Amino acid sequence: MKMVTAIIRPEMFNAVRTALEGEGIYGMTVSEVMGRGAQKGIALQFRGKAVPVDLIPKLKIEMVVRDADVERIIRIVRAHARTGRPGDGRIFVLPIERICRVRTDEEDPPES
Amino acid sequence: MIDSGATAFVLICTAMVMLMTPAVGLFYGGLVRRKNFISMIALAFIAFALVSIQWVVCGYSLAFGTDICGLIGGLDHIFLQGVGMEGDGIPDLLFMVFQMVFAGLALAIVTSGVAERIKISSFIVFGLLWTTLVYDPLAHWAWGGGWATQLGAIDFAGGTVVHISSGFSALALALIIGRRLGFGGHGMEPNNIPMVLLGGALLWFGWFGFNAGSALAADGLAVNAFVATNIAAATGALAWFALAWVRGRPGSVGIISGAIAGLVAITPAAGFVAPIAAIPIGACAGIVCYAALVFRIRRGLDESLDAWAIHGMGGMFGALATGIFAVAAIGGVNGLLYGNPGLLLIQAVDVTIAVGYSFGMTCLIAKVIDAVMGLRVTEEEEYVGLDIAQHGESARV
Repeated sequence: MKMVTAIIRPEMFNAVRTALEGEGIYGMTVSEVMGRGAQKGIALQFRGKAVPVDLIPKLKIEMVVRDADVERIIRIVRAHARTGRPGDGRIFVLPIERICRVRTDEEDPPES
Repeated sequence: MIDSGATAFVLICTAMVMLMTPAVGLFYGGLVRRKNFISMIALAFIAFALVSIQWVVCGYSLAFGTDICGLIGGLDHIFLQGVGMEGDGIPDLLFMVFQMVFAGLALAIVTSGVAERIKISSFIVFGLLWTTLVYDPLAHWAWGGGWATQLGAIDFAGGTVVHISSGFSALALALIIGRRLGFGGHGMEPNNIPMVLLGGALLWFGWFGFNAGSALAADGLAVNAFVATNIAAATGALAWFALAWVRGRPGSVGIISGAIAGLVAITPAAGFVAPIAAIPIGACAGIVCYAALVFRIRRGLDESLDAWAIHGMGGMFGALATGIFAVAAIGGVNGLLYGNPGLLLIQAVDVTIAVGYSFGMTCLIAKVIDAVMGLRVTEEEEYVGLDIAQHGESARV
């Protein structure tokens, strides 16, 4: 299993969610986050001076999925969260060590 | 001769109506995305401050000065010359400031059409031109002895002057400035519905001052207007609520929008119709404005916060309804239902000219400002939000 973390523009979330649902991917944890990337936020011009806006609102989607689904999810997020301008976001893929259910004492196998 | 009861009452009503301007800001602020929350409230305060000064410098005189050809008031009252503590029933100064809070409110309503994308400097220039070239003539026509008064058109508290003018101006402005970035594609859900409801509550409260105060005396007519106002707000809210329920789940924003639709529609009528006539007026206003909103969304028009659907169309309906339901026993004029179809015709002429004038003149002002200094913020500023881009502040907690 893998954890796929996608940080995207908040306004693209509905399109991404709908597309993921269309491919049968439902489980996700979503949070509103603030952040900055390589271009250090946005520089606005105010009376001829550059005013940097450091942290920009983003949306973070976290999904724990089977290894085989990872490429598909990356493709869907890229297709629906992209505008082509700086600030479209990042996708991180992390390995999962253990998955423990809270409701029961079961542990799901983290493999595959 | 100054009447102390009337003076006390209109003073209080003036303060109540003043509260409606920031209330519009809170209402609009809750409806936009969080990155523009402060911007909407700030625009309302800016509108109020600007008009307060414009009104005492020249606005009051243009609206209520000596009539020139039925079109505009003269400059005899600029800088409040001849406006003092004496007056007929209430001091002239009180009448001046009571009218001022209406003018401020009208400009705040117009910000609906430019929500989340207006450049603040351009709004200041626009606001001054709009209140001078659109609001002041309309106020003169209806209340200052202009052609509409001479024709016999009636507008008790500003259905035409405040609501038609601001609603149709918001539509014109929205068409000139263009849609918001991502309109139709991106989610643009309200960021704070409790704030919308708080703004709506303050509007409902302030509206008692708006309509009852327009009697300019603490008398039976003021009470008639007060009661009619509340009935129309209630039936408007229920009508909208019912429609929304039939089509899905009834949202709280719909309830308060319906109440405002009812309040707008009863505004021109409050002192001319029997209180019970406010039931059909409020209910029909809820339906008309709801239909206008659905039409607006279907056409993909980004008149963002529905000043056109609610204030414009509600005001239009209210002015016509006044021509239907007016009864001489209340305001001295009979309407269609009481055997005087002429009044409805006069109201229709008045409405048509008010709609055409506010829409056309606002288009012109907006075009000129857009050409000279640009109405809109840059794409990046719009993306980041006007709170940070224009004010350097953030409503984020």
